[in-house]
Amino acid sequence: MAAVNRDNVEEVKTDDGSPKIKPRPIVRLGIFLIAHSPIFSVVFSAAGVLALLLLPLLAKNTYISENALMPGSARSMLSNQDASDGSKLVKDIKNFRLNHEGQGVEVQKLIGKYMSDMGAEVSFQKFHPEGNQFHPLHFFSSPDSYALEENVSCASYGVNVAGIIRAPRGDGKESIVLVTPYDFINGGDYESLSLGIVSSLFSLLSRVTWLSKDIIWLVADSRYGDYRPVAAWLTEYHSPSFKVSDLLKCDELNTADNFRRAGTMAAALVVKVDGRSERFEDTLSIYAEASNGQMPNLDLINVVNYLAVHRQGFYVKVEKVVSLLSSSWLQIFGEIFEAVGKLAHTLNPDWNFGIPAADYLEGSATLASSLYSQALGIPTGPHGAFRDYQVDAITLKISPRFPPDSKTRQHDFFLRGARLLEGTIRSVNNLLEKFHQSFFLYLLTSPSKFISVGVYMIAFALLVAPLPMVAASLYIDGCKALTNSTHNPAENLKSWKWLDAAKQVFALHLLGFIVTLLPYFICQVPGQHSPRNRSIMWGTTSSSLLLITFVTIPGFSPFSSRLHGTNWAVLKSVTIAAAFIGLCLMSIINFATAEIGALLLVPTCLMAQPIKPALRSRRVKSLLGAFCSLVLVTIGFPVMFFALSKGLLGEGLVGLSLGGEFWTWLESLWAWKSATYLYIGMVHLPCWLLCLCILFHPS
Amino acid sequence: MASLLRSLILLLIVQSFLVAIAFGSNEVEEFSEALLLKPLPDRKVLAHFHFENRAPPSNSHGRHHHLFPKAISQLVQKFRVKEMELSFTQGRWNHEHWGGFDPLSSMNAKPVGVELWAVFDVPQSQVDTSWKNLTHALSGLFCASINFLESSTSYAAPTWGFGPNSNKLRYGSLPREAVCTENLTPWLKLLPCRDKDGISALMNRPSVYRGFYHSQRLHLSTVESGQEVLGSGIVLEQTLTVVLQPETTSVESNMQPSWSLSSLFGRKVVGRCVLTKSSNVYLQLEGLLGHELKNVDTEIEAHELWKNAEFELSLKPERVLRESSSFLFIFDIDKSSDSEPFDIGLTWKLPSKWSCQQAPLHASRFLMGSGNERGAIAILLKATESQEKLSGRDLTNGHCTIKANIFQIFPWYIKVYYHTLQIFVDQQQTTDSEVLKKINVSPSTDKVSSGMMEMMLELPCEVKSVAISIEYDKGFLHIDEYPPDANQGFDIPSALISFPNHHASLDFQEELSKSPLLSSFKENSLVRSYTEVLLVPLTTPDFSMPYNVITITCTIFALYFGSLLNVLRRRIGEEERFLKSQGKKTGGLKQLLSRITAKIRGRPIEEQSSSESPAAQSSVLSSKLIFKIILVAGAAAAWQYFSTDK
Repeated sequence: MAAVNRDNVEEVKTDDGSPKIKPRPIVRLGIFLIAHSPIFSVVFSAAGVLALLLLPLLAKNTYISENALMPGSARSMLSNQDASDGSKLVKDIKNFRLNHEGQGVEVQKLIGKYMSDMGAEVSFQKFHPEGNQFHPLHFFSSPDSYALEENVSCASYGVNVAGIIRAPRGDGKESIVLVTPYDFINGGDYESLSLGIVSSLFSLLSRVTWLSKDIIWLVADSRYGDYRPVAAWLTEYHSPSFKVSDLLKCDELNTADNFRRAGTMAAALVVKVDGRSERFEDTLSIYAEASNGQMPNLDLINVVNYLAVHRQGFYVKVEKVVSLLSSSWLQIFGEIFEAVGKLAHTLNPDWNFGIPAADYLEGSATLASSLYSQALGIPTGPHGAFRDYQVDAITLKISPRFPPDSKTRQHDFFLRGARLLEGTIRSVNNLLEKFHQSFFLYLLTSPSKFISVGVYMIAFALLVAPLPMVAASLYIDGCKALTNSTHNPAENLKSWKWLDAAKQVFALHLLGFIVTLLPYFICQVPGQHSPRNRSIMWGTTSSSLLLITFVTIPGFSPFSSRLHGTNWAVLKSVTIAAAFIGLCLMSIINFATAEIGALLLVPTCLMAQPIKPALRSRRVKSLLGAFCSLVLVTIGFPVMFFALSKGLLGEGLVGLSLGGEFWTWLESLWAWKSATYLYIGMVHLPCWLLCLCILFHPS
Repeated sequence: MASLLRSLILLLIVQSFLVAIAFGSNEVEEFSEALLLKPLPDRKVLAHFHFENRAPPSNSHGRHHHLFPKAISQLVQKFRVKEMELSFTQGRWNHEHWGGFDPLSSMNAKPVGVELWAVFDVPQSQVDTSWKNLTHALSGLFCASINFLESSTSYAAPTWGFGPNSNKLRYGSLPREAVCTENLTPWLKLLPCRDKDGISALMNRPSVYRGFYHSQRLHLSTVESGQEVLGSGIVLEQTLTVVLQPETTSVESNMQPSWSLSSLFGRKVVGRCVLTKSSNVYLQLEGLLGHELKNVDTEIEAHELWKNAEFELSLKPERVLRESSSFLFIFDIDKSSDSEPFDIGLTWKLPSKWSCQQAPLHASRFLMGSGNERGAIAILLKATESQEKLSGRDLTNGHCTIKANIFQIFPWYIKVYYHTLQIFVDQQQTTDSEVLKKINVSPSTDKVSSGMMEMMLELPCEVKSVAISIEYDKGFLHIDEYPPDANQGFDIPSALISFPNHHASLDFQEELSKSPLLSSFKENSLVRSYTEVLLVPLTTPDFSMPYNVITITCTIFALYFGSLLNVLRRRIGEEERFLKSQGKKTGGLKQLLSRITAKIRGRPIEEQSSSESPAAQSSVLSSKLIFKIILVAGAAAAWQYFSTDK
């Protein structure tokens, strides 16, 4: 801004008749960009969207970055005997549960006995299913701020079983964790297969000599969800409370002082089996997103993918947005890109960037899902709990192609599943250092293709690039307008005209901050309320707060007819600057949120302009602009966008319960400490309100 | 010739006389070897090699020795070592299954890697120098990086927490040292028969290193003679403890595996080392089966003991000794020969189960917290089952207490906050003074010295668990202080938990002069156990970062200084005047550019009078420029053509 000011001063000087001195080229470039900001903002925004659409084309094949991993270089040592051990455990559990209906920890004890027979050290851990409670200070806090609740009831608690195999010659400094979530009360047949796989592997690992890291097998009690038991176990592992816990007295199973540990965790694999595969092969789905869009090291995914595809013949997939696969506009884009790629290939055979339209569709659907999961900031599985402790972890969901009661297939399935895990563990076991070689910031377009941060940053950068330009040009315009009105050019330029606008922007951001914190107080309101009621409470409080702000502070209301209200151009300029800062900050915290937020916020901010003059002028162009900005502002309202995206994802719009659903969604966001919630409350909402103010500006 | 012969005879006589004197005074160098075998409850077998070399205090040989290794005696003389212990260990000692309350485990359960401590007999000011020199000497002697202990950041001077009370004691350990055969070979070189003969011939490298645990230890102590003339004698004790897994053929999982020396080591003993005074093999059986056998009649006991319904030994023992809970079978390997090698074996016939005696408290240590900033170290002491049976309780003040000393070293980059020390006894937080009797802390200094903490706890006997936690901050290292593989993390050496009131000893009621191994068992040894080594992930820089930093810093500096210089140096008004006076004698290229821009903008060119004809100049320039462009384009086209053609 200062540079622009100076240039203006220089230009003014030249107008006075002194010889024309050209400013420096970089300054000239800046002036040029600012002067033509409408064209450039359109070009840059379009380029940003195009770059986003091009991302599937730019995806690179994954490769093993860390040489020490050496996946698949050792022959599998897993024998049929081990696999039949696994089958035996699954059969025993099934029989046991048929004979012993009901509660108790007998199944856990049975698994514990199996583990100790294999030579593992067994420990049981009780945990309490913790309710989701919003606390504004829990954002970004480390997990050790976890406090034990005082009044623990014995009515509901879960029991985890963990077995540790000590590496024969290892020094016990590091460990690898295997997690199998299993519902001990009503776990299905498929679920118990995951126990079979890991138990086959465990039986092998208890006698191998090559282990250098201890192996922990955690059977998490998934009665209260997959995530909670793993998180509780990790909390106990990393930050135990040495004080006496009421939970310990609850049952005959004495778990006091029983907890065992095994060094720093190197990696963790969560194994789940569910459902039958729709394909001919067994399907392996990889889930990697942890809280706030954190990803495990790409090498971990690479190793699993390599072994699954090239050694064990699984069909590997990652989550994708299915509805995008059938979208026609994406199909058209894919075909265009394919045609361009073919054309380029004919021009120069070395240019091979074109991919078939079908691949493009698949890639975009996966990319969209990857972006969405990262942007949401909610972990996609129990592996998310590990990321809080800087442990690389992924969830492997295996879907067999046979019904769960087929014995012969089951044996083969155990053999292959356990061999996949064996290979992965062997690779991680080879690793002397922790994972650090490969990428941590990436988006997946298929299990074997990724887009690194250097590439996907471009789309975002292009998208937000117009913001400072437009802000600068609007500021100059606004200043000029002021200058004309007051006939005192020199004073006005140096004056702090933007300060009024900045005050308004700041006030609305403060309001956003308060609105963000409101749910905490609403949760404190005594009595049971449905999510709908709570959202209504929230809505009314927020809007009344907004009204109070408008009424009490003069000159803030867009509806006030005061003439020396802030100039809308300056206000928009400051708004855009604030949006730019907010988006850039968010891109550091959670890139995907910033990307999606920018897609929404940048056009809204750029298009926003007062409707009144447009209506007055009755010109087609200005009317169209006003209409566009109205539509964009409507879409930009978070609740509206939520409803629209629900509709796009195939779920029908549900009129009245929308508020309730939105509330539940937000509740899940803050329960997972997602920074997206903060973004919506503290960047998106204020900027949207400011756009609204500009829209209804009286000028 | 004759005179030469005579002198030779004389020399021989004198020498035999001297030898006679030496023998007469019963002060000869002695070497003895022993092997103790012990089946462990978790189906493994422990083999403990014990070699003792005694050099009596004498000055009769000057600096020469018959049996005693010269390297060690030189070491002792040069650095005035009073007592020293060096151990190389791989694997972890399993306190639950392999025992924690017998002399074997309290002396041979060592922390992973290298551990060295030494007491010097030099003035206080020279102790550190002696230590540094000693580490270098040992480093060369044992092919290990013991010299890393030289740095003052890696060793400490414990006062009372470690064991021997001395202010001339230095202690250091290297947890990451990889132990292998290159360390064993120099260790074997110190033996008179090396590994060529006698018990040490069993040390087949692959079988030794295949084991679950192996620890080679060298302990030396000087014995003061009390006479000025004689100087001091040295006792060198070398032990190798291995825990092996015998190959099992039995299908039954609860049956103990049968084994023999040849199946364990792949070798047999063909005779003793001729230089030894005694050479014995012991087999120790402990636990339940001993108690059962006590009921057997003494008449048939001798026979029944080694061949009964439960197990069978392949050789008849020379003698059988009995301790309160264990039996010791003694074999002499003198009788073995090439044709009939010594190969003791144990065959189990019935499944049997027993447990080892354990230390009063089982210690484990772990890290708490997450993230790269803060954390805490916690030590958890849990009561073991055998605690009730233990003797050695301190019954002062009418109630029974267990004393436990905790000694730990923290590297300087683990910045421990000693005030955050918290002690929980049976899950109740206690004020420090209740159980903490004594504490000695020496805080670390950044990049200069490591921190050390010695604590003495006095716990009630009925204690179930004790938790001690202390918080720390992770420090930042300078880029060149990072070791290789910095991304693995940094090690905190093992803590040592010792129980000053508990002493382990095995007394077999036997005349002890014969066997140094048994006499060392009889000595009261302090019960101690080492905790795990901890791995702390520290923030590591991206090691290609300096390059990036240099690049970006240079760019910023260039931009900053460039513009600053411009602002400071250039005087716009002067330049304008100069420009005016010069009549815009600008460079040709600039002029051309200005023309082009003017044309683009559609404004007339500000005409200026020039000495040269501008048209001619511009035409010359433009032709040059066009030529250049054509040249570059041609080169690019040619390159493209040739590159694609291939």
